[in-house]
Amino acid sequence: MSNAPLGYNVSLERRAWNIRRHAILMGEVQGQGYIAQALDIADVLAVAYFHAMRYQPDDPDWEGRDRFLLSNGHYAIALYAALIEAGIIPEDELETYGSDESRLPMSGMASYTPGMEMSGGSLGLGLSIAVGKCLGLKRKGSDASVYTLFSDGELDEGSVWEAIMSAAHYGLDNLIAVVDVNNQQADGPSTKVMGFEPLTEKLEAFGWFTQRVDGNDLSAVRAAFDAARAQAGRPSMIIADTLMGKGVPFLEAREKNHFIRVEAHEWQLALAALDERKPS
Amino acid sequence: MKPAAKNGSAKSDTGKPRLTTSAMIASIAGEGQRTKPAPFGRALVELAKQDASIVGMTADLGKYTDLHIFAQAFPDRYYQMGMAEQLLFGAASGVASEGFTPFATTYAVFASRRAYDFIHQTIAEEDRNVKIVCALPGLTSGYGPSHQATEDLALFRAMPNMVVIDPCDAHEIEQVVPAMARHKGPVYMRLLRGQVPLVLDEYGYKFELGKAKLLRDGYEVLFISSGIMTMRALEAAKALEQDRIDVGVLHVPTIKPLDTATILEACAKPGRLVVVAENHTVNGGLGEAVAGLLMREGVHPAFRMIGLPDEFLAAGALPTLHDRYGISTDALCSKVKDWLK
Repeated sequence: MSNAPLGYNVSLERRAWNIRRHAILMGEVQGQGYIAQALDIADVLAVAYFHAMRYQPDDPDWEGRDRFLLSNGHYAIALYAALIEAGIIPEDELETYGSDESRLPMSGMASYTPGMEMSGGSLGLGLSIAVGKCLGLKRKGSDASVYTLFSDGELDEGSVWEAIMSAAHYGLDNLIAVVDVNNQQADGPSTKVMGFEPLTEKLEAFGWFTQRVDGNDLSAVRAAFDAARAQAGRPSMIIADTLMGKGVPFLEAREKNHFIRVEAHEWQLALAALDERKPS
Repeated sequence: MKPAAKNGSAKSDTGKPRLTTSAMIASIAGEGQRTKPAPFGRALVELAKQDASIVGMTADLGKYTDLHIFAQAFPDRYYQMGMAEQLLFGAASGVASEGFTPFATTYAVFASRRAYDFIHQTIAEEDRNVKIVCALPGLTSGYGPSHQATEDLALFRAMPNMVVIDPCDAHEIEQVVPAMARHKGPVYMRLLRGQVPLVLDEYGYKFELGKAKLLRDGYEVLFISSGIMTMRALEAAKALEQDRIDVGVLHVPTIKPLDTATILEACAKPGRLVVVAENHTVNGGLGEAVAGLLMREGVHPAFRMIGLPDEFLAAGALPTLHDRYGISTDALCSKVKDWLK
């Protein structure tokens, strides 16, 4: 369905790899960034932007587009990478990431960036906005869908559960939410900070069509998006278990941290490690 | 005029009849005062007949914010979000982002305290066209601090992009509703619900967003007021005529953006005591907004502020509480007389 400029013949593997590469380049510019999260979620974003979603790269506000809401604003580096890959943001703009006057601030904001539909960063906002967008789209008779990404740490926020309850109440089958379970939030492993399991059972009990997949298995993620899009009468949740640093072995192995340490010289090492694994 | 209240059987320490706690939906109208029912709900219905983008949203307080009238007229344009104020305002942002004009209602305490970050981020920062309409502003509930929104104006004044309106009566609310819709962007309005006093029609008053209006002139004292305190100021001005004190009233319903030109001009008249009266804590409301303006612009009249004290207010009957905290008409009169001595 995607209208991405490189056409349909580019594999999802290559899209995900490109997204990872854009993200590493941005991390190097700033010398910091939520690179481990960007690497873990690249596969989900590749499926969203190059398999599931409908959009026009040269018209980010096109009325018929599927909406993508980034609730966890610190994942902006990952979404910018996807927007660059989708042709919505010019690739050379990644050199401005996090700099003064840039359209690509460290935490995503709606007014700064084409294709950024909400101002995230204060966690737990995205699902509530998504519920409103879905209600609005149904009012308009639009067949567009709303996709929203949030993090497992956001499950601690009561507002997330308010939104989860209401989406089922209103039968919002135009809502597809993805929660990134990388089991890492600011103060440590998410399940230790505040236990949220058994998550699948909870969400099913709340009335959601719920799937749990390996978020770094592209074919599993693609199948989950397809099943979610086929749902009628209820919202869909994809629980994506992901590996922080995915695609760069020395970052995968690094001690888990919300904000992982990357030394100045390591950005090029990360790029080299990624390049060794370039898909066809 | 004091709000009507029921007498209890026992007498209080002062020998006056002990009044019972004002009901949650008590009218602020005094006994025998002219009123209009549910001006907000009725005005919204009229507006929605003309404007298909209007939708209503609430967090389990439709009946208590007069939104039920809209819900009855337009059931398919009404969204009940449950007792969840964060969701209410986040979803209102989303609905607005799809081209609709949501009027989202709850109590002022819940919007200003519980949902502040949601309004800040999803509505004000994103500049969404959401109209926030909140009942029980200031001290208009006898239920104690849980229901008394004594700091809402300070909080919403501090929020960029937010327009803040504190209307006086039914006549004004009817005009504020379409004006809110004409303004593209977030607006916060303090709501008077139920049987709402009718006052300003007698003054030939017309609401204009961002404009202060001189309702009566006076050479000795100028009240600058908003909301129900304008009603009180007008009553006090009439009462003070008996004492041959000439009192003017400048009504400032738009707290933000403030009509600085009109306020400065009125305060620059020499020899007049300026008294700002507000149904709000003295911290950060209209009084300090006017004081700051005068200080910045070098206009220095004799200046006093009447507002609620910086404390958690008591529960009880509104007439008792308004007397105790100095925002009743009698309290205004006696303060002015003291200050003129």
